[in-house]
Amino acid sequence: MSQKSLAKHKLSLFDPAIFREAAVEAFKKLAPHKLAANPVIFVTEVVAALVTLLWLRSLFLGGSEPFFSGQIALWLWFTVLFATFAEAVAEGRGKAQAATLRATRSDTMAKRLRDPEASGHSAAIDNVPALDLRAGDTVLVEAGDIIPSDGDIVEGVASVNESAITGESAPVIREAGGDRCAVTGGTTVLSDWIKVRITAQPGNTFIDRMIALVEGAERQKTPNELALSVLLAGLTLIFLIAVVTLWSLGVYSGMNVSVVVLVALLVTLIPTTIGGLLSAIGIAGMDRLVRFNVLATSGRAVEAAGDVDTLLLDKTGTITFGNRMASEFIPMPGVSAADLAEAALAASLGDETPEGRSIVALAKSEFGAREPDFGGVAPTIVPFAAQTRLSGVDAGGRAIRKGAVEAVLRFIGLPADSTPPDFKAGVERIGHSGGTPLAVADKGRLLGLIHLKDVVKPGIRERFAALRAMGIKTVMITGDNPLTAASIATEAGVDDFLAEATPEDKLNLIRKEQTGGRLVAMCGDGTNDAPALAQADVGVAMQTGTQAAREAGNMVDLDSDPTKLIEIVEIGKQLLMTRGSLTTFSIANDVAKYFAILPALFIATYPELGALNVMGLSSPRSAILSAVIFNAIIIVLLIPLALKGVAYRPVGAAALLRRNLLIYGLGGLIAPFIGIKAIDIVVAALHLA
Amino acid sequence: MTLSGWLQIGLILGLAALTARPLGLYMARVFSGERTFLTPALSPIERLFYRLTGVSPEREQGWLAYTLAMLAFSAAGFASLYAILRLQAFLPLNPQGFDNVPPDLAFNTAISFLTNTNWQAYGGETTMSHFSQMAGLAVHNFLSAATGIALALAVTRAFARASAATLGNFWVDLTRATLYVLLPISLLLAIAFLATGAPQTLAGSVEATTLEGAKQTIALGPMASQEAIKQLGTNGGGFLNANSAHPFENPSAVANLLQVWSMLAVSLGLLIMFGRMVGAEKQGWAFLKVVGVLLIAGVAVIYWSESAGNPLLTQLGLDPANGNMEGKELRFGLALSSLFAAVTTGLSCGAVNAMHDSLTPLGGLVPMFLIQLGEVLPGGVGSGLYGLVVFAILSVFVAGLMVGRTPEFLGKKIESREIKLSMLAVLILPLAILGFSAVAAVLPAALSSLANSGPHGLSEILYAYTSSAGNNGSAFAGLSANTPWWNITTALAMALGRFGYVVPVVAIAGSIAAKKKAMASAGTFPTDGGLFVGLVVGVILIVGGLQFFPALALGPIVEHVLMLAGKTF
Repeated sequence: MSQKSLAKHKLSLFDPAIFREAAVEAFKKLAPHKLAANPVIFVTEVVAALVTLLWLRSLFLGGSEPFFSGQIALWLWFTVLFATFAEAVAEGRGKAQAATLRATRSDTMAKRLRDPEASGHSAAIDNVPALDLRAGDTVLVEAGDIIPSDGDIVEGVASVNESAITGESAPVIREAGGDRCAVTGGTTVLSDWIKVRITAQPGNTFIDRMIALVEGAERQKTPNELALSVLLAGLTLIFLIAVVTLWSLGVYSGMNVSVVVLVALLVTLIPTTIGGLLSAIGIAGMDRLVRFNVLATSGRAVEAAGDVDTLLLDKTGTITFGNRMASEFIPMPGVSAADLAEAALAASLGDETPEGRSIVALAKSEFGAREPDFGGVAPTIVPFAAQTRLSGVDAGGRAIRKGAVEAVLRFIGLPADSTPPDFKAGVERIGHSGGTPLAVADKGRLLGLIHLKDVVKPGIRERFAALRAMGIKTVMITGDNPLTAASIATEAGVDDFLAEATPEDKLNLIRKEQTGGRLVAMCGDGTNDAPALAQADVGVAMQTGTQAAREAGNMVDLDSDPTKLIEIVEIGKQLLMTRGSLTTFSIANDVAKYFAILPALFIATYPELGALNVMGLSSPRSAILSAVIFNAIIIVLLIPLALKGVAYRPVGAAALLRRNLLIYGLGGLIAPFIGIKAIDIVVAALHLA
Repeated sequence: MTLSGWLQIGLILGLAALTARPLGLYMARVFSGERTFLTPALSPIERLFYRLTGVSPEREQGWLAYTLAMLAFSAAGFASLYAILRLQAFLPLNPQGFDNVPPDLAFNTAISFLTNTNWQAYGGETTMSHFSQMAGLAVHNFLSAATGIALALAVTRAFARASAATLGNFWVDLTRATLYVLLPISLLLAIAFLATGAPQTLAGSVEATTLEGAKQTIALGPMASQEAIKQLGTNGGGFLNANSAHPFENPSAVANLLQVWSMLAVSLGLLIMFGRMVGAEKQGWAFLKVVGVLLIAGVAVIYWSESAGNPLLTQLGLDPANGNMEGKELRFGLALSSLFAAVTTGLSCGAVNAMHDSLTPLGGLVPMFLIQLGEVLPGGVGSGLYGLVVFAILSVFVAGLMVGRTPEFLGKKIESREIKLSMLAVLILPLAILGFSAVAAVLPAALSSLANSGPHGLSEILYAYTSSAGNNGSAFAGLSANTPWWNITTALAMALGRFGYVVPVVAIAGSIAAKKKAMASAGTFPTDGGLFVGLVVGVILIVGGLQFFPALALGPIVEHVLMLAGKTF
């Protein structure tokens, strides 16, 4: 079985293998029934066929300018081919990934229990191919076996290597009951044994769905893509009217405009650039997510991600590291900070919890404290115990302890109301700031306090500021009390927080935001997150989460990294921006094409209209040919942009629009003037027209 | 071009911009059912109407019911107007004893006044009895304008409401538009026109003896009142053939100022009303700026082109300093004729105070192009508002994508249904204008009506269908339009231009109203700033330009280069 994961199978944008395959695919996609879904390119194909017929007629039956109409026909076919090629390239990467995934699925054998309810390791089994498993079957999976299909563990506990899907080679523990019971087909059990009740029908497992997704087999037009297609089809129709009627207006003016030239005008005017690249942009957007180790169950979800107004983020693991860490020592009067640090360090020698380690680290880094010398006596270490909530060290008559405030006070026999005022004030201050105070005592005397706090991840504040600039509101979800939550919220720079949150609170918050017309994204992993994941417009389930969570969300993050929501939003925005920018570019191009083709069209009858030939193109035929060539080549030139996407900057909508209008609007207006002129020079030099 | 010319233009446009806000706010109150200073006087009449017709004003309609009510009302209006015209010989108030209007002309005229086009294939003073003018045409001048306002209200409410199933009540909107807006202002305007010297009488004509001793019949009639609603309702169908170039319709400089102001007043006011009712008055002003930019640019090109004059005439010894005065009233001169031409076409009014056929090629191109851009500058009463909304939807769609969000306009998501319907609406103009022109350009029956051959003849064809499909009604003249071919095809173009556009628009309104209203955020593209104004202007020019550039190249543009080269036909 291949252990290559999606993450490790990153192909470069222009892998030669993909190119070769795409070139073949491009021709297969010429079949009219496949092209019919894309009206712009379909029209191009129809008129390309028409011009080809006209060329053949002029070739065999004698007619005017077979060399010219032949070239036009050729470039029209190129236009269509470049469009199908763009789509094939975009699909190519997904296909390669699907092939890797498929390898994990085939030839797995399963040990199916004859009696699904039988318990114990030694129940009777049948060996059956994994593909024969139905939902409801129970299978035994032992160390070294590949889990044959998706399911829930009903008995046993095992460590599982899920790298086939996540790319993460560290094994994870899966066990019956609770939020860690889901297993995925294609992953491998490393130790112990489990019984798995299969939950997926054949052909509908997680891996099957991944294959379908990356391959684009189930690709449907997303709502926005559909809207844009309608716009492009409408524009095509408008230009069709303008061009067809031009023939008759030409007749009135005493000119006989050839069909080949009218076709050339039509194809250069209809938005072939965006029409040819539209589906490639959509596929590439999904692909960007996949390469980011996020699987979206539909393109609709990716689009929705770009629209997200509110992000719900779990505090633990997303905003903070998830462990409280020592941040400050508060000595009592008469105690030096260094002494306190030293005592705290000594007291934490027996505390292997992350909190204990953070105290040691702080004492060493801030105060250069070292382990105290107890006069050569070997200290007796008192390890941290949940019952006493204390840890410490006894040596040479010293009894250093640190722990929860009440526990330490009880240890030294000091009633809470007889503590010094500075101590009380310190406890209160730490509590108000959302932290947890620990007391430190030695020889029955209070030395001071340690401030434990939730530490906000570095850089997260800047990310939230960037989100705010995008117009996205961040809401922190936490089980902490409101006081703690408020303090962390301020420190992390989130816009709002939901404290003491229950799953119902989350669901209600999402509904409230949605009623206000906002789109909500969230991530979650537990079964109790499932309703909220399903309600959110973008619900990202963690791959480590339960089956219920994974099915409720519309995206699965294979790395189980909740901060990725932010990148997901950016990918969604990029997708829409790329569409909009190329549409603008495509339409803006038309102005130059008019100035190339119309003078060429009319000049025989009205030589005065040569004034419109602002580009100074060498001859009417060269002008028309150059415009058609430009129109075809621009598709190829823009394929990299379509696949990579227009860069997104979190600078606010107006600034973003101004920038893109300048690049793609104004650029689209000017570029073809230069491009067509350049091609005209080449065409004239080669005597092609 | 002269400074005083521009000052006159600036004065009139400034006046129209000044009255936009008070009028807009007044209309916002009227159509929200709030009290205004006219309520005590008019609400009993309003309620009487509802009682008589059995309309319950509280019952609102969905988009389909609203559309069907509008269509039914229009169908009934068509039938009654057609009947009046066909039977005018048997009806009263026919002092000149005019015969019944022939079927094709009656068909054309009925459609024309029904659709707020007022394309006139006839000369009013030689065809229509006073009864036809007053009970037929003038009534429809009110009703077609009120229908436009009602449709604009449906669109306005769509954006004002969230998750709503209804758009208002067509009958209520129609009644209020007539009673509270059009009638009171028309009354004041009619008195003002009367004061400037426009006739108002039921007498048919007077006989005059000219200095040479010849007998001349000078047509009279209830002109001041007709004039008021003709301008205010952006109808444009003149009592007299010469329209507002005639001293009876447009007697003086003051009258001319009032004429231009009254064309603009309601359409501009509706933009502000829209902003007010959707809770974003700045949006209304943004629309107003779009209109201002395009309109002033239009006036400038006409004025410049007319001032430059015709080099061919200069060669014949004409003083080029006066510019091109052919077909213009000396009383108004170049500046006011240019302003009138741009406003009447940008607005879809169609009244004229100079003959567009006689404009220089580029000067004639502008009015035609302004109509072809759609009813957006600021378009006819009502129709201008929804024309602008359609373009705003299309602009926002492309621009919204460029900022990385599903496009929104005023908090409403623009999705495939809105785009489908918008494209359907936008398709109507090229289909009707270019489609009919293409047939007419090769059809002998159509070509025989042309006064000119060559590119100017093509301009005449294009202008006729542009004017009718754009529900403008101004004529390029030069075309003998009263033939069965022209009467029937222009009538079809008018009907397509109005109903083919309006039905998708109300459907858009229905779908928009049903949507949730999203809050604006830093990620939403602001639609009331300069960037939006520039964007909409750009989209209007590019979409319009791309559609009609080839046709215009063969008409006015080639005519212009030929004129410069000294060629005639």
